[in-house]
Amino acid sequence: MKTESRFRETSLWATIMIIFGLVPVFMTSTYQMNLASHILIWILFATAFNMLWGLTGMLSFGQALYYGLGAYFVGLMVKYLGSAWFFPGMAIGLVASAIIALLIGLLLIRVGGVYFTMLTLAFAQLMYQIMFKWYNFTGGDDGVVGIMQPGIFSNPIVYYYFILGIVIASIWILKRIAYSPFGMVLRCVNQNPDRVRFLGRRVRRNQLRIYIVSSVFVALAGGLMVGVDNSIHTDMFVWTTSGEVILMTVLGGINQFFGPFVGAIALILIEDIVGAYTEYWSLIIGTIVLIMVLLFPKGLVGEFLQLKHRFLKLKKHGG
Amino acid sequence: MDFSFFIMQLISGLTVATLLFLVASGLTLIFGVGDVFNFAHGSFYMIGAYLAFQMISVLQVNFWLGLVLSGLGAGLVGIVAEVFLLRRIYGRKHEAGFQILLTFCLILIIDDLVKIIWGTEYKTIQRPSGFTGPVQIGDLYIPSYNLLIIVVGIIVVVAAWWVLNKTRAGKIARAAAVDREMLGAMGINVPMTMTMVFGIATALGGFTGALAAPLRSVTPGAGVEVIIDSLIVVVIGGMGNFWGAWMGALLIGELTAFGIVIVPKWATLFSYLVMIIVLIFKPEGLFSPRKIRKV
Repeated sequence: MKTESRFRETSLWATIMIIFGLVPVFMTSTYQMNLASHILIWILFATAFNMLWGLTGMLSFGQALYYGLGAYFVGLMVKYLGSAWFFPGMAIGLVASAIIALLIGLLLIRVGGVYFTMLTLAFAQLMYQIMFKWYNFTGGDDGVVGIMQPGIFSNPIVYYYFILGIVIASIWILKRIAYSPFGMVLRCVNQNPDRVRFLGRRVRRNQLRIYIVSSVFVALAGGLMVGVDNSIHTDMFVWTTSGEVILMTVLGGINQFFGPFVGAIALILIEDIVGAYTEYWSLIIGTIVLIMVLLFPKGLVGEFLQLKHRFLKLKKHGG
Repeated sequence: MDFSFFIMQLISGLTVATLLFLVASGLTLIFGVGDVFNFAHGSFYMIGAYLAFQMISVLQVNFWLGLVLSGLGAGLVGIVAEVFLLRRIYGRKHEAGFQILLTFCLILIIDDLVKIIWGTEYKTIQRPSGFTGPVQIGDLYIPSYNLLIIVVGIIVVVAAWWVLNKTRAGKIARAAAVDREMLGAMGINVPMTMTMVFGIATALGGFTGALAAPLRSVTPGAGVEVIIDSLIVVVIGGMGNFWGAWMGALLIGELTAFGIVIVPKWATLFSYLVMIIVLIFKPEGLFSPRKIRKV
């Protein structure tokens, strides 16, 4: 049984690697490469986000804060210090995001439920306003354009494989965290925080830890995005960005680790396909997610697993 | 800062505060009575504004009638949304998250529908006759429409107080805020109560949108701007606290009006800072009794 599940796990990762690894071979246009890179980065963003919501039950409406921070550290360092600072900027952005997540997190974990959601929203909007108004330094509403990676990383295909490597490694780490004893405690925090306290575990300290972990990986997604779009913009901080990642997560399924993974792919493809025909894509997305929330709350992955489970049961009874 | 300038800013702050309160009161009412977090409340404000444009500017309906009809129209949309969408997810696990998500979807849908119906250009509504010019008080010239808004705000506050405290409907609403299950056991139709409260709250939102339309231009992004501001107000006053929303609106309205004079560039940051400080130190809101809340 153990070897079977390990085999399954390995084949799952291999399939993901092969599918995304072959993208540059079959998709030759810059547009398609760009789309594939976007999908990978949003997969990381959504998966890191769901470590908070699906796993621990903390719905943050402000993860765009770290997405923007990760991107702005890279963008502004390249703008002021030159393109050699692209990767150091990303690293500094991660460290800075971890520190900021620690400071904000210490305040956030004091409140729960809807108040937590509101407070995350408030912090993200505050940062958005600062970036928006601080025109001399951040470029305000115009953002910064023409940010290039150094050396061979400016080649889209090389950069694509770089993103692929980082994203897959990050997802693997996040999965290890989700299924570690620490991840188990987080699941318990989600279901019954009081009982976690009875068992002698600290609820808030664990919440703070996962908040920092999630935020650092979200910042990584933001930093990677700079190399794809070659620009940064205040829209990265705005609350609809935080909203979009929630939509992805629900589309895929919040209770499965790979839910956000599938949801991110689905949402970006829908946006791309619908966007080609009509400018009213948010109407279509809104309607799709609305239907998902009302009729299929388990999301694409959750409903699929349930179907599969039923099918297998049926087969067993029949045979 | 001389005295007349001070008064001007005060009036302008009061106008903003009144509009904020009118929107936020609906938001806080739904939260207090129904435990529903309506992220799309700003969208109902926007529906009201566009309905007012349609009726007053296009169909040439009487201004005052147009205001009331716009509010009723938005309330009708609200009732439809509650009955067909929100009602289906009450009591579900992770309910608060799904409510936020569902109403977020409503924002996306309503935003695009408005663009499809009315286009993306700015729309304007003429001020009603008799309220186009300023009023002279001493040396001061105060725009009469601003005064009108403030008066309407006071009327709504008094009316709301009367309904909530002196009528049977108000008693039911207050009871629903405390214990819905018990209310049902007493023979009150709880789902109907929830629908009516949602309808009244969204109607109030739509009415405010219509009332504010002659001051601000009507745009597809209006709902999104309004929701964040009214959220701040509701959080400061205490979610579900009707009178707290009033105080919160006054605080934010005046803070913005005077903040713009002192630090023009950073004034918009103040309201977020206040919200953060309140959420950290007294998440129940400045004007609500302290409760013990854990995770």
